Amino acid sequence: MNPALLFDVALAALAVVAALSAVAGRDLFASVAFYIVYGILIALAWMRLGAVDVALAEAAIGAGLTGVLLIGAWSQLHRKGATETPPGPSSAARLLAAGASASVAVLVAVIFVGLPADGAGLAPAVRENVAESGVSNPVTAVLLNFRAYDTLMETIVLAVALAAVWSLTRDELWGGIPGLRQHARDGGVLATFGRLLPPLGLLVGVYLVWAGSSMPGGAFQAATVLAAVWLLLVMSGAMDEPAIGSTAIRLTIVAGPALFLAYGTGGAFLGTFLGFPADVAGMLIVAIEYVLTVSIAATLALLVAGVPRRQE
Amino acid sequence: MNVADWLSALSILVGVAFFIAGTAGLLRFPDVHSRLHALTKADNLGLGFISLGVAIRMAEPWSIAKILVVWMLTVLAAATVAQLIARAALGTAPEEAGADDHR
Amino acid sequence: MDEFLYLACIGLLGTVAASLVRVHLGPNRADRMMGAQLIGTGGVAIALVLAGAARDASMIDVALVLALLASFAAVAFVKATSADGAGDPEEDG
Repeated sequence: MNPALLFDVALAALAVVAALSAVAGRDLFASVAFYIVYGILIALAWMRLGAVDVALAEAAIGAGLTGVLLIGAWSQLHRKGATETPPGPSSAARLLAAGASASVAVLVAVIFVGLPADGAGLAPAVRENVAESGVSNPVTAVLLNFRAYDTLMETIVLAVALAAVWSLTRDELWGGIPGLRQHARDGGVLATFGRLLPPLGLLVGVYLVWAGSSMPGGAFQAATVLAAVWLLLVMSGAMDEPAIGSTAIRLTIVAGPALFLAYGTGGAFLGTFLGFPADVAGMLIVAIEYVLTVSIAATLALLVAGVPRRQE
Repeated sequence: MNVADWLSALSILVGVAFFIAGTAGLLRFPDVHSRLHALTKADNLGLGFISLGVAIRMAEPWSIAKILVVWMLTVLAAATVAQLIARAALGTAPEEAGADDHR
Repeated sequence: MDEFLYLACIGLLGTVAASLVRVHLGPNRADRMMGAQLIGTGGVAIALVLAGAARDASMIDVALVLALLASFAAVAFVKATSADGAGDPEEDG
């Protein structure tokens, strides 16, 4: 067996082990740790599949942001003494869930096996038309031009998800600040880390969105990195979360989707919703990509921060 | 293979060896703090040699600069995390904050 | 050379598998977190070697993102285990 294939098989096997351990483990914290590991392995798997864009997103979300979110959730449960494994569902419910999951797996397998043998899919069509999209990274061309309505709806879904989280706020805390006030020892290791890393993280985030128009990278990957930097600033006590009643923060969240929607509507006046001629599309796509990055970063960071828990 | 290839391969091999040593320590050492000691060796030296090996192979300034940032980030993070985890594990008996809930 | 690089990746994957054992065994949460942390560094190493094998500079960016964010879970962990859940282990000692 050649080493590359052997590596792929070993990587796939380890990813399955990590996934099973995360789902089947009895200790909640161990499950969180296994889930973080699973994200790292899946990012590597995407690299091996040649999908560097997806690998970047998985590395940022799966291995980075989700870990912070899940450990925060574990911490709150732990403090409420709710980490004991609750009584499991009945065996009928388990059987039903297992049956449903197995059917989905079989369905995916059948579809996968049934794919045309050449495996080209829509790639040739994208390659032929990428020149007309205004950008040279085919993935960005698909996300922000050919299938722009998907991306538009995704950004709106994120904003709606945040509204849903905020709607769980208790009345007297409405407009308040999410999470506990974080603090760290002045000049200590954590406080220093929270001052050293963010500039580098900011650089990486800006680099990723800049790279996105011609190489793997883009708004979602960059936004996740920026959201993580935001969370680190908060965790190290360098900055507090904004109040959710703040007009500035609300404008930041809707700016990206709003600009995108305005662009789509502008296209509608020229003929097609979200359709633009190549000569203006490139510049507009890049502008939208940058604004989206800021909006998505703020939305993701506030989604992790959760519901307001204090007024001051 | 030319000289650069040999150097690159050797450096990566040494890096992998440090990773294996660090992991052996993580598995075999008896307590949290000595395991932490093993961990930081893999982080700093193992990744350092692997970065060097890959940098030699890429042989292109922009890639080498990015690899350097990767290594610096890892060293910074490893030092910070080691210090913080050591503090967090200090003075907490295994059956207190550090231990599992259902043990 | 390519074959050697993939063999090196398999070696690194072996250390990932071994660290998974530490994540599973614990016994302390700090041990589980260290296991995950070492797998994070191993992931950075594998991503770098894969980039070298493919001679693809954009693959280094995956290593860059992993290296930047790999420590965040550990930071969240030490915050979660501090006295009030929002502090710093250096304040408590």
